[in-house]
Amino acid sequence: MIEIRLHGRGGQGAVKAAEILAKAAFYDGKVVQSFPFFGVERRGAPVQAFTRISDEKIRIHSYIYEPDVLVVLDPTLIGAEGVNILEGLRSGGKVIVNSTKEPSAFDFHGKNGVTVYTVDATAIAVKNKLGSESAPIVNTAIVGAIAKVTGLVTIDSVKKAIFDTIPRNKEANAVAAEDTFKNVK
Amino acid sequence: MKQVMNGDFAASYGAMSALVKYVAAYPITPQTLVVEKLSELVADGEMDAVFSKVESEHSAMAACIGAEAAGIRTFTATSSQGLLLMCEVLHWAARGRLPIVLANVNRAVAPGWSIWADAQDSISQRDTGWMQVYAEDNQEVYDSIIMAYKIAESPDVLLPMMINLDAFFLSHTSEVVDLIDKKDIEKFLPPYEPKFKLNPSEPHAFNALTSPDHYFELTYKMHLAMEKAKKRITEVGVEFEKMFGRRYGLTESYRIEDADTVLVTFGTIAGTAKETVDLLRKEGKKVGNLKIRVFRPFPQEEVCEALKNAKKVIVVDRDYSYGFEGAFFTEVKSALYNKGVMKPLYGMMAGIGGRDVSTGTLKEIVAKAEGEDPKNPYFIGVKL
Amino acid sequence: MTDDKKVELNKVSDYPEMPVSLGSMLWNKTSSWRNFKPVIDGTKCIGCGICWKFCPEPAIFPTNPPTVDYDFCKGCGICISECPTKAISKVDETR
Ligand code: SF4
Ligand code: SF4
Repeated sequence: MIEIRLHGRGGQGAVKAAEILAKAAFYDGKVVQSFPFFGVERRGAPVQAFTRISDEKIRIHSYIYEPDVLVVLDPTLIGAEGVNILEGLRSGGKVIVNSTKEPSAFDFHGKNGVTVYTVDATAIAVKNKLGSESAPIVNTAIVGAIAKVTGLVTIDSVKKAIFDTIPRNKEANAVAAEDTFKNVK
Repeated sequence: MKQVMNGDFAASYGAMSALVKYVAAYPITPQTLVVEKLSELVADGEMDAVFSKVESEHSAMAACIGAEAAGIRTFTATSSQGLLLMCEVLHWAARGRLPIVLANVNRAVAPGWSIWADAQDSISQRDTGWMQVYAEDNQEVYDSIIMAYKIAESPDVLLPMMINLDAFFLSHTSEVVDLIDKKDIEKFLPPYEPKFKLNPSEPHAFNALTSPDHYFELTYKMHLAMEKAKKRITEVGVEFEKMFGRRYGLTESYRIEDADTVLVTFGTIAGTAKETVDLLRKEGKKVGNLKIRVFRPFPQEEVCEALKNAKKVIVVDRDYSYGFEGAFFTEVKSALYNKGVMKPLYGMMAGIGGRDVSTGTLKEIVAKAEGEDPKNPYFIGVKL
Repeated sequence: MTDDKKVELNKVSDYPEMPVSLGSMLWNKTSSWRNFKPVIDGTKCIGCGICWKFCPEPAIFPTNPPTVDYDFCKGCGICISECPTKAISKVDETR
C-alpha cells in the first residue's frame, strides 16, 4: 500500500487532487481511498488531503502519519509557521513540489534517501486559464506530475479522472495535467 | 458497477438501489451530502421516489412513519443532534413496527460543538427498539442498507433499522463501492407488502390506546422480533453472499482462533484493528479482532463463542455511558456473564469526539492491557 | 380485512405483529354508557349536519334526516344541545 499526503491551502483544491489521484488509480485497477483532513476549511489556511493506493482491500481508516509520497501544492508552506511538511516522511520518500526552483534548491533533497521533484504547476495552470491569474488552481495540473514521478497511475487514467471529477474546463485541466507530466524535474 | 464514492453517497445509492419510494430528510453535517445526493437523484428522475423537504429531523421521521404506515418503503438519514431530535418518533416507529431504514452518520454530541466521529448519538438511542448496524467501510454502508430492508420487512421482524457510519472516516472518505444492478436487486429484495396499511377503503385502528392488559404483550412481541431479527440478519447475510459475494454477519472474527488477546471493536476502528492485528502478529503477539457489526439485537451467542478461548478481551468504545463505562464494554461483559464465560476484560475509551484511532493507538491499547491492570474504563490518549 | 369482529387477545400469539386493530371500537359498543337516547324528529330537521359534525363518537350517520347508531351513542347529549332547530329530543332509556 502506498500512502500519499498532499499539502495545500484552502481553496487550492488539494482535496480534489487527492480524489482525482484515487480515481485514476482505480481506473488502473487499484483499490483506493482518499479523504480530506477533517477540519473546518478556510481559504488560505494550510490544509491536507490523503490518498491510499493498494492492490488489496484497504482496511485502515485513520490519517496518514508515514507517507511514501508528499505533494506540496504551495511552496510557501515549506517552513511556514506551525506546518511541518516533512513530518513522518518515510526514508526513500518522494516529495513533489509546485515550484519554479530546481529540486536541489530544497535542503532535504538527497537526505535520508528523500528525492525532491519540482514542477511549475502555477505557470501551467495560468497558461491553461485554470482559476484566475492571481489565484490559479493547480490541483488538476499537479496530478500529472504525481503520475510521472511515482508511476502509480497512468496519465490516461488521470485525464479520465479529471473528466469525471471536474465540472467545467475539463479539456484545459487535462492538458495542464499532461503538461506537468512532461515537465516535472 | 464499481465507482469511487464517499460514504454519504454510498448511503444514498443504497437507498436508491433498495428501490426506496419515499425520503424525508433534513440536512446536518456530515450527513448533508446524503440529502444533496438523494434530492439530485430524485430530481433527475434516476430514482423513482418522492423526496420531502422538512423543517426538522422530528418531522422527517414523522413523515417517514406516515409513508411507511401507508405501505411505502421509506428512508431517511441524519446525524448527532438530528438523531437526538428524532428520539420521540424513533420509539414511535419501532413500537409501531414500521420497518423504516435510517442512515446515521456517527457524530459527537454537543456541547463542545463537534462535527467529528463518535457513536454517542446512536448509542444514546440504544433503547428505542431500533436495530443498529455499525459499518466498517463504504461498501458495507451500501450493502447494509439493501440488506436492512430485507431484514426489517420480514413479517416476523418488522422493526426499523439504523445503519451507522463514522463521520468523515466514512462520510467524507472516497472508496471503491460496487453498485448492484437493478435486476439483481429485484431478485434479492421482494416488494414491501405489509399486512396492515393506512388505507381509507380498508380502515384499521393504528397504535390506539393500550391498557396494561395489552402493553406488556406488545413489549414481549418486540423481544421476540429482536430474537427473530438475529436469525434473519444471519440468513439474509448468507443469501447476500451467495448472490453478491460479500459476507456480512452479526459479528466478524479476524485471527481469533489462537489469539491470547482479542480486541472487540466496531465501525471504522474495526478495519484499523485488523491492520493492527497483522502488525502485532509480525511482532509475535497472538492478537485477534472481533468486530461487532450488529449492536441491536445484541449477538450475545456469537460474541461468547468468539471470545471463549481468549485470555484477555479488550473492548474499544467510541462512546461513553456517563457514570459507568463504554456501552459496548457493558454489553460484552453482560453477554459473557449471561453465558457463564469469565475472563479478564478491559474497557478502553478511544477516538472520542473524532480523535484519530490509528494502528499506533490500538497498539498502545493492547500494550496497556498487557501491563498492570488498568482501571476500567481506561481513557486512551486523554491528556492527563 | 376490516375490523368487523371482536379480536380475542388472550395470549401473545393472538396479537398481530403491528399494534393495529387490537381493539376496534366496532366491537367496543358503548351503548351501556347511556341513560337516555337522542331521538331525531325528521319534521323539524333542516339537514344542516351540525349533529353529525359534533358527535364525538361519531355515532350519527349523515343521512337526511340523520340517523343515530344506538350501538355506539353514549348519551352525551351534545347533539341535542347543538341542534339549531331543537329537532333532537332526550328520551329516557327504558331497559
Ligand atoms: S348523544 Fe352524544 S354520542 Fe349520542 S348521538 Fe348525540 S352526540 Fe353522539
Ligand atoms: S343538527 Fe338538528 S337540524 Fe341539523 S341535521 Fe342534525 S337534527 Fe337536523
